Amino acid sequence: MTLMNVLILSFILFGIGLWGLMRRRHLVGMLISTEIMLNAANMNFIAFAYFSAKDATAGSVFSIFVIAVTACEMAVALAIIVSMYRRRKSLDVEQLRDLHD
Amino acid sequence: MINEVSISYLIFLMPLLTFVVNGLFLGKRSAKGAAAFAIVCNGIAFASALFLAVSYFTSGFAPQKAILFEIPFLKFAETFLANIGLLVDPLSIMMLVVVTFISFMVNIYSVGYMRGDRAEGRFFALLSLFSFSMLGLVAATNLFQMFIFWELVGVSSYLLIGFWYHKPSAVSASKQAFILTRFADSFFLLGIVIVSYVVQSFDFATLNALTLSAFQSQVIDLGFITMNKATALVLGGVFIFTGGWGKSAMFPMHIWLPNAMEGPTPVSSIIHSATMVVAGVYLVARLFPFFALSGSTMNLIMVVGAFTMVFAAVIACTQKDIKRILAYSTLSQLGYMMFSLGACRMGDVVIATGWTASTYHIFTHAFFKCSLFLIAGSLIHQVHTNDLDAMGGLRKKMPLTYICALISILAISGIPPFSGFFSKDEIILTAFQGHHYVVFGLALLTSGLTTFYMFRLFFLAFHGAPRSESVKAGHVHEDFFMTLPIAILAIPALASGFAAKDLFEHFFVPDKLNVPQLMMLPEAHWIPYVAVAIAVVALLIAWVLYASPKAKVDRALDDINRSSIYKVIYHKFYFDEIYYAVVRQFVIGGIARVARFIQDYIIEGILAFVVWFVHKLGDLVRTAQSGNLTFYLGTLVVGVLLWRFLGQLPF
Repeated sequence: MTLMNVLILSFILFGIGLWGLMRRRHLVGMLISTEIMLNAANMNFIAFAYFSAKDATAGSVFSIFVIAVTACEMAVALAIIVSMYRRRKSLDVEQLRDLHD
Repeated sequence: MINEVSISYLIFLMPLLTFVVNGLFLGKRSAKGAAAFAIVCNGIAFASALFLAVSYFTSGFAPQKAILFEIPFLKFAETFLANIGLLVDPLSIMMLVVVTFISFMVNIYSVGYMRGDRAEGRFFALLSLFSFSMLGLVAATNLFQMFIFWELVGVSSYLLIGFWYHKPSAVSASKQAFILTRFADSFFLLGIVIVSYVVQSFDFATLNALTLSAFQSQVIDLGFITMNKATALVLGGVFIFTGGWGKSAMFPMHIWLPNAMEGPTPVSSIIHSATMVVAGVYLVARLFPFFALSGSTMNLIMVVGAFTMVFAAVIACTQKDIKRILAYSTLSQLGYMMFSLGACRMGDVVIATGWTASTYHIFTHAFFKCSLFLIAGSLIHQVHTNDLDAMGGLRKKMPLTYICALISILAISGIPPFSGFFSKDEIILTAFQGHHYVVFGLALLTSGLTTFYMFRLFFLAFHGAPRSESVKAGHVHEDFFMTLPIAILAIPALASGFAAKDLFEHFFVPDKLNVPQLMMLPEAHWIPYVAVAIAVVALLIAWVLYASPKAKVDRALDDINRSSIYKVIYHKFYFDEIYYAVVRQFVIGGIARVARFIQDYIIEGILAFVVWFVHKLGDLVRTAQSGNLTFYLGTLVVGVLLWRFLGQLPF
């Protein structure tokens, strides 16, 4: 297992996340896609820490930190989604176009 | 001269103060208060001007020039200034006294004439604005100051002609006067620009000290045209004269002056006869050494003046509106003054007598013509019409006015010892001395015509049987406030000629001339006798036609069953109609249409294109704001990728 293999994997993951973010019409789906993209970035962190840093601790700590922050964001995002669903009875982004010109 | 300086401020500040106080505060509240304030302030201004004149002429300083005060106004360059000041020399002092005196008289007169008008306060405010502007014009130390006040005078003339703005004829007359004089003034401004560009100064002193030979070798290069500086100076001089040409209402720009009679009569009296219209003559007199440099300019001045003189006198012989008769008479007298200045040049030499004669005539004419207009106003006020048809037989009802009218009419006719005789005699003499024999003959002829039409007016208005109901019914009387100034003005109309003769002969000489001047002039003692003989013959003809027991007044006032020549003259040679036709066909039909085309299609087209372009650009940006999240994300990603990879490219 080399650094390149991990980077390719995280690139694929990021691409999947981006694809999902752009194609999904459901807000929760988009949220999950975002989560995938974040994890791809997180994996890069760990890979670089493992393969090229002198001390791998900083990288690991940072990735745990990122996971914690992500969890908070998700909580906030889910809360927003729930309140939005209550308001509009729909989470289709095609219909959420109130701010267009 | 410390007293004189502070007094000279008063001359200008008093009318200005009247304008501000009456215009802003007093005018609307109390017409009587406004009138009293205006009379007091203009009286103070007149007293100051008189004091200044007396101390100037008795101090031994007299023929010299001095600048009493000068306030910096505009600074174009370190040595290129336009100041506002007071130039003191015999000419400006004479004008200051005349303007303040006439203004004082007319203010008193207006109390009677404007009584009960709904805007009396405004009238007194505007009258003082005019006095102030005219005084500033007269006192000008440089061309720029003169131009500023020249325009102010034009504005106050416009405001006062259109004073009764509910009358359409007054409105159109005021517009006509303003536009026509503005047309001439645009040439004046162009002349100032050319001359000041060549000379690098506005000062009269500098301009009058010029010689053409100093500029002969220099050339102005404007890229598309090259011009000798001496030629440019002469051209600038002609343009500057054009300003005076319009302001003094010389042919063919004369039509505004008779039409300006739509204004109240005191206004006609002060602005359109005694003071403002002589501004053009004053301009030429002030810049006389400058104009005298070029023989062709002087010839132009003479021809324009002489033609207007005869032309207007002929028209005046047939008119029935008394104010119009006086207006054409003013034109004719202005023609005298103007040609007298132009006639000073004979070949390559210049004689100075014409300058003296012209300024002398400004002085005497102001009194008798102002008086005649005030008398006309009195008649109109009593009879309620301008028309000679409705007058006649006023002698018994208005005896004092009758006597004053006789004095002024004898003065304008040039009968000794009345004032007009002296100045007109000098002018005719100048034409003779300058060997301009055609003009000399015309001047004598016009002197006869003047007597004829003035006595025609006099006999038809005052003699014969009354032709109007109000005269027959005995409503006619003399108003104190209106008769007092007329009576006062009769004194200078009678006496200003011989009283001021020595003054003018001693002190009134033009500035040092830079062209050869002829000093030894032929005297012609027979001229006054001939002039008086012509005047007396004309008087007798007028008497036979209009006042003798056999006179047919009905026939005299008939303007329908007349020969075609009489009709042409009666319709003022159809000049108004020609003007209207030209304006309609050429200005409205031609220039205005082209301008309209440019406005509609070119300017608005460019504007419409700009609007369309911005609109389309806005549409483009707006469609991007679709609210489609996928589209936003896609552009974001594409943008980031482009930014990342384009950043690597060599450009």
